[in-house]
Amino acid sequence: MTALKLELRGITKRFGSLVANDHIDLTVEPGEIHCLLGENGAGKSTLMNVLYGLYEPTSGEIVVDGQPRTFRTAGDAIDAGIGMVHQHFMLVPVFTVAENVMLGEEETKALGWLDRRRARKKVLDLVAEYGLAVDPDVMVEDLPVGLQQRVEILKALVRDAKVLILDEPTAVLTPQETQELFRVMRALRASGHSIVFITHKLKEVKAVADRITVIRRGKVVGTAEPSASETELASLMVGRPVDLVVHKEPARPGDVRFTMDKVTVVDDLGNVHVDGVDLELREGEILGIAGVQGNGQTELTEAILGLRRPAAGKITLDGRDLSTLSPRKTLEMGVGFVPEDRQHDGIVGEFTVAENLVLDLVTRPPFGGGVAINPKSVRENAYKRVREFDIRTQSIDSPAGTLSGGNQQKVVVAREMSRPLRLFIASQPTRGVDVGAMEFIHQRIVAERDLGTPVIIVSTELDEVVALADRIAVMYRGRIVGIVPPTASREQLGLLMAGVDDPALLAAAAGKPDAEADGTTDSTDTTDSTNDGEEGQA
Amino acid sequence: MSDETPAPETPATPAKPDGGDRKQPSMGKQIVDAIVTGNSVVVTFLAIVLGLVVGGILMVLSDQEVLDKYKYFFADPGDSLSASWTLVKNAYVALFEGSIVDPSTFDSNYAPFILGPISETISQATPLIFGGIAISIAFRAGLFNIGAQGQIIAGAILASWMGFQFDLPVGIHLILVILAGILGGAFYAAIAGVLKGRFGAHEVIITIMLNYIALYFLSWLLTTDAFQRPGTQQLIGKSAHSNATLPRLFGDELRINLGIILALAALVLYWWILNRSAMGFELRAVGSNPEAARTAGMSVPRAQVVAMALSGGMAGLIGVSQVMGPYNPAHSLTTAIDAGLGFTAITVALLGRTSPVGVLFASLLFGALQAGGSRMQASAGVSIDIVIVVQAVIVLMVAAPPLVRTIFRLKGAHSGGEGALVATETGGVGGES
Amino acid sequence: MTDERRPEPAENPDQEGGAHVSTVIAPEPEAPQAATGAAAKALERAALRRALVTGIGFIVIGLYALWAFGLGTESGVDAVFGMNVANNRGSEVSPLHVAARGTAIAMSVLCMVAGVLRIVLDKSRLARRLSVALFVVAFVVAFLCWAVAGKQMSFAGALQNTMLAATPLILGALAGVIGERSGVVNIAIEGQFLFGAFAAALTASVTGSLTAGLFAGAAAGGLVGLLLAVFAVRYLVEQVVLGVVINLLVSGITGFLYTQLLQPHSDRYNNPGVFENHKIPGLGDIPVIGPVLFDVNVIVYLMYALVIATHLGLFYTRWGLRARAVGEHPTAADTVGIKVNRTRYINVGLAGCIAGVGGAFLTIGTVGTFSKDMASGAGYIALAAVIFGRWRPFGAVAAALLFGFSKALATSLQPLHTAIPAEFLNMIPYVVTVFAVAGLVGKVSPPAAANKPYTKG
Repeated sequence: MTALKLELRGITKRFGSLVANDHIDLTVEPGEIHCLLGENGAGKSTLMNVLYGLYEPTSGEIVVDGQPRTFRTAGDAIDAGIGMVHQHFMLVPVFTVAENVMLGEEETKALGWLDRRRARKKVLDLVAEYGLAVDPDVMVEDLPVGLQQRVEILKALVRDAKVLILDEPTAVLTPQETQELFRVMRALRASGHSIVFITHKLKEVKAVADRITVIRRGKVVGTAEPSASETELASLMVGRPVDLVVHKEPARPGDVRFTMDKVTVVDDLGNVHVDGVDLELREGEILGIAGVQGNGQTELTEAILGLRRPAAGKITLDGRDLSTLSPRKTLEMGVGFVPEDRQHDGIVGEFTVAENLVLDLVTRPPFGGGVAINPKSVRENAYKRVREFDIRTQSIDSPAGTLSGGNQQKVVVAREMSRPLRLFIASQPTRGVDVGAMEFIHQRIVAERDLGTPVIIVSTELDEVVALADRIAVMYRGRIVGIVPPTASREQLGLLMAGVDDPALLAAAAGKPDAEADGTTDSTDTTDSTNDGEEGQA
Repeated sequence: MSDETPAPETPATPAKPDGGDRKQPSMGKQIVDAIVTGNSVVVTFLAIVLGLVVGGILMVLSDQEVLDKYKYFFADPGDSLSASWTLVKNAYVALFEGSIVDPSTFDSNYAPFILGPISETISQATPLIFGGIAISIAFRAGLFNIGAQGQIIAGAILASWMGFQFDLPVGIHLILVILAGILGGAFYAAIAGVLKGRFGAHEVIITIMLNYIALYFLSWLLTTDAFQRPGTQQLIGKSAHSNATLPRLFGDELRINLGIILALAALVLYWWILNRSAMGFELRAVGSNPEAARTAGMSVPRAQVVAMALSGGMAGLIGVSQVMGPYNPAHSLTTAIDAGLGFTAITVALLGRTSPVGVLFASLLFGALQAGGSRMQASAGVSIDIVIVVQAVIVLMVAAPPLVRTIFRLKGAHSGGEGALVATETGGVGGES
Repeated sequence: MTDERRPEPAENPDQEGGAHVSTVIAPEPEAPQAATGAAAKALERAALRRALVTGIGFIVIGLYALWAFGLGTESGVDAVFGMNVANNRGSEVSPLHVAARGTAIAMSVLCMVAGVLRIVLDKSRLARRLSVALFVVAFVVAFLCWAVAGKQMSFAGALQNTMLAATPLILGALAGVIGERSGVVNIAIEGQFLFGAFAAALTASVTGSLTAGLFAGAAAGGLVGLLLAVFAVRYLVEQVVLGVVINLLVSGITGFLYTQLLQPHSDRYNNPGVFENHKIPGLGDIPVIGPVLFDVNVIVYLMYALVIATHLGLFYTRWGLRARAVGEHPTAADTVGIKVNRTRYINVGLAGCIAGVGGAFLTIGTVGTFSKDMASGAGYIALAAVIFGRWRPFGAVAAALLFGFSKALATSLQPLHTAIPAEFLNMIPYVVTVFAVAGLVGKVSPPAAANKPYTKG
């Protein structure tokens, strides 16, 4: 096939007064893996949506093989040989793989009658050519995410894409699936495709990129070779040297305050999300729950809050059974809960900042208690929290939906931390948050621990878990497959995240004696052994 | 790009949430801007104009004599046009005289004649206020209650029964009748609330079905000895005792009655529930973002049941005013007791954008159309059905301000999603521009 | 902590690790996994509880039927079911005499058997469905034996009435299915019926051609559909509320024009006549169902064709694949170059035409004249059939037939003066819908993007 050279010249994209892309120049040479590196919200996805015809650029031009092109729709971009694998997959869940691949490029007989046989064959041909094993007749919703991603790649290939844009493709993958994706990317490069690989993960950039372009706040701030050090890349990306290490004293765990005993969560459709989880949490420690998205972490925290009633098992906090309590009762017990998706579960966008700051407190004094709300105390509370948590808002009466993501997150954190707690749970506490807010939130969480509150942090960002947690529990398919200290190696964590709990393998990955790893098969013992191990290292 | 806005390095100045310059322009400029760009008041006014225009066109289309004149339109365009104009003018003059004031009554110097049209408008608006609140309160909790018709019937049945079955002292009887009406409507609506909250059944389908069940139940009740007026085969109920009826406020000549006082009280109560009560806070939270409400410890099913019960209670008050009010001289049940008010209520809530003040004005407007429509039918021979058309057009236009701007060539005509009732489930669609 | 990483080449995992890679990416379903241990028990308990609740419910209702219908029927009396429709042009079938009490008792027992089967054969999906079907049929037969005992009812006539009631419902439901599959909730079916009925009657009266009336009805329905589409797609108005307002508008317009024009000049404007029935040779001679299904007018035949065409179209053609993609995941459709909003305009307009045909059936297909608000809620029942039929054309047909049958039963039983008042029989379709929507539909999900407008940056 003939490879193609792609240039973006002076692309600017504004949303109202927000400049998402500011005069961006980018050249993708034929047959290279070009990495677009930038923080969350730096404008990478916007740029790619412009390139893919989903957004119209405010100014600037797209040049393909020397010819300026205008992409008004995705169809135009496809015609020009550009394919995209979106961060949120553009797949119809109730369609089969073959149907998804052929959608928009249907093989038909007379009268628009679908020719499924030819569609299947096309898929199977591509599967054979690039080693992208996937069954064309399976419903996409029944596929694991790693395979859904392959379907997305197939979709692009079937349309003869010569440039593939991969938008944060590794966010939903295990480390091992990521390696497999890299293998596919190299195979595509070998066959003459070029790839734009969008990410904010430095290690991945170094592993796979031929060239690197770094974007910050909508502007290209530099290019780099993969040989550049991570520190260099990181400071280029965030604009100042970052300190991913959270400053904290070693934990001083006290008595066991919170326990989960063989907790199982099943949804209405009969899918098992949490499968016999045992956990113990002591006063003054942070337990990090690591794992690839969708392995039951969300459901686990929801079961603690009472949003889901466990089908079996017991959850206790300070000796009291939580598993039968309503969310309100659980919150009143002194549980602080930061949900994973703040826009969906954390704030009411149309409500004011002040109202959101009392969303789960409004039935209690001083804000309420009887039938009426006390508007004065609601406002006073709002002024106080906005100051304390440095929430950037025009006024406490602005709708919370108009705040930036980081400030919305601060509203949620401020609300949940503004009362005495017996247990604090935070899911993805810093997702989509800028670096400044991230450090602030991390400090508050450590401060809460130092007050003696047991803390559970759920995060799919391994860096965050490792930096914050005193112990790390890894979840895979609803089970805790291991509990390890934060000093465990990346390989060990990666294997656990992929569900490998073979002690020998883990020990090999850990590269050290079995002291920490042997507890992984039996989580009840793990608490003690890892604690010991940790103290030994501290 | 919602997660973006980079944080400024200086924490002292608050970030502009949407980055817009918020300088306050002068008063005069504001008014001009409002007209040119078409803010909600202007759009509403223009929508009313459009509604009346569509109504006028329909009148012309439906008048055989005028239509016949159009057959020789090219020979004598003046004739057909002037005939059309006369027809529409007469109708709308009658509409005005029937709803606001009739100049010909000035000579009489008799207050009830002069105030008659206004009294009619207010009396017609009374049930609409209850209805507007009923639909609005459900909307605020994220529910669409198409079942006001059934709830009106349920309220009317209980209120009527309380009215004819017992003979109680002045005051107490009416209070019990009102409570019975509220209870009937609230209970009937709560069925839909429970089915929604507990079983996830769509409230729209459920409330529609409950409307028909209520209608058939009422038809059956009116064949039973307990309800049917003795000595008739018709489907008419027994008459209520006079102590059970809503007293008129200013003598027998004017139909304005205690109902309007109740309606105004209901508006104040609605405002208080929404803005000052913990329950209203929960209803709004559940309506705006049920997941966040759940996570904050609120019970979504409970809020839904409460919202439906409140909504139904308000609809039940329509039932009370339909049986005990001045437009039902016999104060008895019939199978048409709801008079389509359950659906008019939806238009009132939409036009009033679910706010208490909005509902008040929308009710007065539609009450005026109703009152004037009766006069129009009587004196200009134009069927009162035209009022439904005008109301529906107004609401459609208000729901789509960009369309109104396009029609009147105002600025900023090319963005959707800002109407009275924008689809919200996608989140953020409303804030597109 | 990033700098603590071991200097091991990331792209080159060790042998054992590599072996595991293949297991990780093997095509097996991952998140919703097979239950193990405690989870499996919990699942079994939930399933068992469902089976028990339903099964015991069937048995209790069966016992009630035994007491009320079985033992409540005089012994030695026959229930007589007429098997010929009025104006029968097919084979004559002699009336069916059944021993009322014995049959009612037997059927009540069958209801209970269905309950037992529901519990015992819970594992099989087919058995679960068959047990429900058995229960419904047995209960209806038991009820009929009791109601008709000592009297006569035309069963064929009831079937014919079922078709009369179901034909517009089916057409309306098809309109609903197409709309929702494309992501637009079509609550304006009622308005499409009404405008279709009105336009068909008016046009057929004025032109003297029923065919012209049929086309006018379809066009009028399509117009209402387009109105819905414009406001829903272009102006993003909430679709359910919008549909109700449009229904009000159409009700107002047709009601007004009826009062002002059609009623006073009914000879000129409201005298369209009715399509004649055509018997299909052969098929029309099948006993009982022949005359009911194959001696009907052109709109019913058109309905048969449209049901099949909609089913095939939705699931076997490019049009259907794209429509469903737009209704399930509009962004995905957009990214492969499908014009989402244009697809929605076309499909909702098309759906409106089909509902308009249903409306035309109300006037030029049956009664022959237009009257005010004559759809009387049929549009909403059609919408219930869409949901009840799980957004599939044949499912909607089944639901519409069920509603039509219960309406026909109410009509047929009214003259027999059973102990149940006619008003309650008339309630049946609505009550059934409430139960169906509350009990059944909570568990099936509509097209994911139904009622969600599509906008892009």
